[in-house]
Amino acid sequence: MANESSRQASNVSSGLPELNLSQFLWVQTRRHLGLLIASPGEIVNPLLFFLLVVILFPLGLGPDPEQLSLLAPGILWVVALLANLMICMRLFVDDFEDGSLEQLAMAPLPLAVAVVPQLLASWLASGVILSLVSPLFGLMLGFPLAAAPTLVASLLMGTLIMLLVGAIGAALTVGIQRGGILLALLILPLYVPILIAGTRALEEATSQGDPMVALALLGAGVTGGLVLAPVAIAAGLRVSLEL
Amino acid sequence: MWRIIHQFGSPPWVYRFCDRVIPWLLPLTMLALVVGSVWGLLYAPTDYKQGDSYRIIYIHVPTAVVSLAGYYVMAFAGLVSLVWRIKLADTAMRAAAPIGAAFTAVALITGAIWGKPTWGAWWVWDARVTSMLILFFLYVGVIALFQAYENKAVAARACAILSLVGTVNIPIIYKSVDWWYSLHQPASIKFTGESAIDASMLYPLLGMIVTFYALFALLMMLNLRQMLTEEHARSSWLVKRLAH
Repeated sequence: MANESSRQASNVSSGLPELNLSQFLWVQTRRHLGLLIASPGEIVNPLLFFLLVVILFPLGLGPDPEQLSLLAPGILWVVALLANLMICMRLFVDDFEDGSLEQLAMAPLPLAVAVVPQLLASWLASGVILSLVSPLFGLMLGFPLAAAPTLVASLLMGTLIMLLVGAIGAALTVGIQRGGILLALLILPLYVPILIAGTRALEEATSQGDPMVALALLGAGVTGGLVLAPVAIAAGLRVSLEL
Repeated sequence: MWRIIHQFGSPPWVYRFCDRVIPWLLPLTMLALVVGSVWGLLYAPTDYKQGDSYRIIYIHVPTAVVSLAGYYVMAFAGLVSLVWRIKLADTAMRAAAPIGAAFTAVALITGAIWGKPTWGAWWVWDARVTSMLILFFLYVGVIALFQAYENKAVAARACAILSLVGTVNIPIIYKSVDWWYSLHQPASIKFTGESAIDASMLYPLLGMIVTFYALFALLMMLNLRQMLTEEHARSSWLVKRLAH
């Protein structure tokens, strides 16, 4: 009882309503989504980048449709990976510079939980959109429409794991000037298993094989990443904030 | 038991330990390197298939084995420094990183030299070669991250987190690369299995592996002592010790 009243007293003094966990997560997710929508470049630029790099491959490799459709799984996944790298570079920068990340770290809530809304918003605004439009880019490379569900499913999971892993690197490098290349060096080696599983799923799907094994492995990666990555992200942010 | 663990956290004690071990570990390792090299390069029998080119195995395999072990040494030091905030563990982690990277580089280069006569190409996308290359980049990442921070105490924590993330990922990377290799590679490239190696070739190889572990330990101690000298240049215990 005494505990309850002191808690209410602190509410009165701060003048702010106390949020429970799910309200907090919802408010934060909405805030981050709002920020992303307010600056459409953050959403559109990775897509434009994806499109431009996809165009570069036929120009570099020649327009032979057979060869392109053979290389399409690898091209689509590598380009998605690079687009994701671009997103990771921007991930914590604004919140770090305006101090809201510091506020978040001092909130009475584990930082590992508090960063989840931002990751979720970022994935919805980038990974999900990119995955959903990827069959269109696939068509340009002669990737068969019949395999489009596998492409979308593998990229939906793949972009989420890549965002989780990339966020660890982003958290560690956010305080460093010009940390972009460094971020690439830190996280690209960790992307190897994701790339292998993703392209394997597409190759199985385009050659009438069974993509479920590779998709299941990506699913396992999502599960493991969701459990472990936020802890590492929080630890990395604390290092960058020097807390 | 606890006393020993506490001693390993004390810079003066570790400095003295290095000072005592290095004078006999250094000549012993050099002697073993010479004996092992002569044994492997001159006395071990010639391979009936690969001729004398296989002899690079006596450098290639030990460096490859130790470079992976070196990553775990580095990550373990990182874990100790994160959990118990022991400054010496930071130093040990930093001391291990460049040595491990160098071992990995040697393994990759000797692999390329070996690959030319055996596989007919300097670089082949073999599963183990690829895993080794990724391991090299994991090392380089840790070193680069440390260099990038101004505040070195913060840098050490960041590197510890990164090396732990890498540790979780190494088995996954190795498994996935094996899986990828079995998908992409034709069976035309056969790697004569080490399991079928004859005892006359195996013993010098095992000897060289042990020697390279000793070499890693030696380089680690030399590096650690050097770093402790830099970090504690103004500490009274070091001034006293160097005055002797």
